[in-house]
Amino acid sequence: MTYIYLAFEFFKIGLFSVGGGMATLPFLLNLTKKYDWFTAAELSHMVAISESTPGPVGINMATYAGYQAGGVLGALVATLSLVAPAFLFILLIAKFLENFSEHPLVKASFYGIRPTVAALIGYAVFELIKISLLSNSSPSSILPWFLLILFFFLMEAKPFKTLHPLFWIVFGAGLGVVFGL
Amino acid sequence: MMRLQVYKSLFCTFFKIGGILFGGGLAMLPLLEREIVNKKKWVTEDEILDIYGIGQCTPGIIAVNTATFIGYRQGGFLGSLFATLGLITPSLFIICLIASILQNFLHIPWLLHALSGIRLIVCAMMIRTVRTLATKGIVDWKGGFIFLSTLLLACFTKIPTAFFIIGSALTGILIQTGKKQRSSL
Repeated sequence: MTYIYLAFEFFKIGLFSVGGGMATLPFLLNLTKKYDWFTAAELSHMVAISESTPGPVGINMATYAGYQAGGVLGALVATLSLVAPAFLFILLIAKFLENFSEHPLVKASFYGIRPTVAALIGYAVFELIKISLLSNSSPSSILPWFLLILFFFLMEAKPFKTLHPLFWIVFGAGLGVVFGL
Repeated sequence: MMRLQVYKSLFCTFFKIGGILFGGGLAMLPLLEREIVNKKKWVTEDEILDIYGIGQCTPGIIAVNTATFIGYRQGGFLGSLFATLGLITPSLFIICLIASILQNFLHIPWLLHALSGIRLIVCAMMIRTVRTLATKGIVDWKGGFIFLSTLLLACFTKIPTAFFIIGSALTGILIQTGKKQRSSL
């Protein structure tokens, strides 16, 4: 039964997540409220690992979530279900619609969708910060907040802008161990 | 025989991309240019940007959409299937392996500290993503209003995420057709 629910939920995520891998995160957060497949705290581990391993983040998160819910078969079901709607959609576009992204209706709907996707990822950050910074062993600690702001401004700094994301992952992991976050 | 070689080449190329790609979406573009445009010469520089644009305004993971599209152009339906499966196979193996191993090690303190550190990095990266998407996607005050109201509603209500996507698409169409009617008067 789990596999049917997994297939259904991830097909839905694949159908409605527009704008890339991180756009699936708000959907995954809502799954933690609906099913007992994984908790929000486990999801935050999954996000960290999906960013630090090769492969598109969205695929990694779906595979991980599926694995937590139903082992290797669950991972397979979740990932294939996530991919299926996009696959069919692109086939249709490649076959029939030459200038899909130029169509007035598509352009008009993206006038609304773009700010919404940004806001939904903002919501995912809000939840992730709640999990990472507020539910820690020492909730009053100011250190993680300081590090978060430091990371943000370091990434924005000109000499570091072009660094490979893997560098930041290793940097974050190192500081995490050093400060015992 | 020729077709089989095309499928094999599609699978292997996207397998390689899936195995060395880090992050998502936009991080993939330089990698795609190197592999698909410069090495394989399957599409031109301009075409890859078009395909990428389509990937951004269709549902699903952008990397997958791009793989499907290029696969279809090169080898029809089966081509798109092999390209897509090639892209997701490394993730399936790596993540299943890590997930099965990690469960036994999650009690080790330094590993948890490292994961917490990575989580902060991911938060910072995502704040950047939000900022980029917002500055590119919000063109006037109405867009700003859509952004703020979605953010508040998503954080403090239990409205399903899919509803926001459908609702915002309809809102966009309504606002834009309203604009057109007013300008044609």
